Amino acid sequence: MNKILIIGAGTAGTMMAVHLSRRLNRKEWAITVLDKDENHYYQPGYLFIPFGIYTWRDVVRKGSKYMPEGVDYLLGEAEQIVADRNRVKLKDGREITYDILIIATGTTIHPEETEGMVENGWRENIFDFYTVEGAEALGKKLPDFKGGRVAIHVAEMPIKCPVAPLEIAFMTDWYFAKKGLRKNVEIDFVTPLPGAFSKPATAKVMGHMLGERRINMVADFGTERVEPGKLISYDNRTVEYDLLITTPTNMGDALMARSGLGDDLNFVPTDKHTLQTSAKDNIFALGDATNLPSSKAGSVVHFQSEILAENILSYIKGKELKASFDGHSNCFIESGYGKAFLIDFNYDLDPVEGTYPFPIVGPFSLLKETRLNHLGKLSMKFVYWNILLRGIPVPGITSKMGRLGKIIPADSGTV
Amino acid sequence: MATKEYAGKTVNVTDDGYLTDPSQWTREVAQAIAAEEGITLTNTHWKVIDFLKKDFAATGALASMRRINKTGGIATKDLYEMFPDGPLKKAARIAGLPRPTSCV
Ligand SMILES: Cc1cc2nc3c(=O)[nH]c(=O)nc-3n(C[C@H](O)[C@H](O)[C@H](O)COP(=O)(O)OP(=O)(O)OC[C@H]3O[C@@H](n4cnc5c(N)ncnc54)[C@H](O)[C@@H]3O)c2cc1C
Repeated sequence: MNKILIIGAGTAGTMMAVHLSRRLNRKEWAITVLDKDENHYYQPGYLFIPFGIYTWRDVVRKGSKYMPEGVDYLLGEAEQIVADRNRVKLKDGREITYDILIIATGTTIHPEETEGMVENGWRENIFDFYTVEGAEALGKKLPDFKGGRVAIHVAEMPIKCPVAPLEIAFMTDWYFAKKGLRKNVEIDFVTPLPGAFSKPATAKVMGHMLGERRINMVADFGTERVEPGKLISYDNRTVEYDLLITTPTNMGDALMARSGLGDDLNFVPTDKHTLQTSAKDNIFALGDATNLPSSKAGSVVHFQSEILAENILSYIKGKELKASFDGHSNCFIESGYGKAFLIDFNYDLDPVEGTYPFPIVGPFSLLKETRLNHLGKLSMKFVYWNILLRGIPVPGITSKMGRLGKIIPADSGTV
Repeated sequence: MATKEYAGKTVNVTDDGYLTDPSQWTREVAQAIAAEEGITLTNTHWKVIDFLKKDFAATGALASMRRINKTGGIATKDLYEMFPDGPLKKAARIAGLPRPTSCV
């Protein structure tokens, strides 16, 4: 019996287990999935928790519930990957051998990477919304906040779901507007990027939107440290706040450092098209755990999982890895007031206007704020738990980015 | 694609002024690009440039500021002082390396 081991039962690990359990000959291949956390999280839902729209019940399920039949689901933490001996040591002393390893360990926040962030008010007046606990704590704080300065902050790139800080900014504006308190609240958007987003066309639309919402943009801000009530940049600029909503440094799991498999942020160097790691032929990686220049997002994981399943089948047959990931990413950008944007792009083409996934009929509009996009965003919770995680195809949504329905300017794209 | 003259040498550059052919880079070219950026290169600047070039040759990618700090041993604060307003963009340009790609 040959063995495939998947480390991580989040979005990526679960989708891989589903694809492989269907496509591999189960008499020849055993699939094991390992995770240190018995829970699986619908992370896009965290955005709605601080505003009382979702609670933790909407976003947490038992991971085992989503494992296909016949897949071994193991609870335990991987301590070290011993690549030359094809084995993984667990924290509790167990060892697992494999023929093929898939790394799907995601990324988590590290506030301790920024000097002073943990010491000077973490979860008192400094909150993240990248964990259930952080989002809930912020939800408890917001009702007491009657006025003052709110800073929405990104510590360092890359972060998962790079539009989430924009969304929380729009939602915060909306929240205080609804309560009639907006005039007492100043909102700053503080980012290390030169604009609101990394892709120019989107940065322009989002920059405009921030202006309309009277959210003040503080760009190129490389955060050196946090002092009580103050963010200080490497070039000595200061942003004062009463409430800091931050996205701390995102890092891959420390397992990579212990195994000598990660870069400076513990992300795994991986071929951006085939998803094979540079460490060894029989080790593959997908999702937030890799160093790929694509967005770290659930939609990306969904597209990558189809490509990787294909390549693993080729690898087993000793064939060339022909399936190629094109960097396809799409995401809704919730903008408050019951509306949202949608963007769809890949390695080569920046987000453009148009309709998605079908020409003319859409139903969603690209790079425009609509009510239907918002309904799309809200429906994602159901779609995630019941369709995407179960590997059921969605009509019109393909792993390769489609060009139909997009208005592609002659000079756009190739970055 | 355009050409430019630095230190009496014609080099190929991108629209935003990054060398496209690493073999055209010399220490004199670097000095001339730095001068254009309003920077006079000192030993500490050279330490950064040498690290970036060596690391690029080894990894095929431009080091991040975190990597320059953690692996190259140069404090981020110092980088901002040496190459004001966008240290990585400027240091890469002077080192004759590609423009940093912003992450998505
Ligand atoms: C606030 C927020 C909003 C978001 N919004 C969107 C959105 O609108 N659209 C979108 O597409 N995406 C969004 N995302 C991103 C999306 O949730 C992630 O990209 C996706 O979940 C990544 O999947 P993954 O499997 O790579 O990582 P994860 O789902 O995080 O799974 C990693 C798993 O690995 C396990 N693990 C890690 N290390 C070990 C170890 N050593 N041993 C054992 N197990 C280990 C963890 O316990 C975890 O279960 C959002 C994320 C956040 C935080």
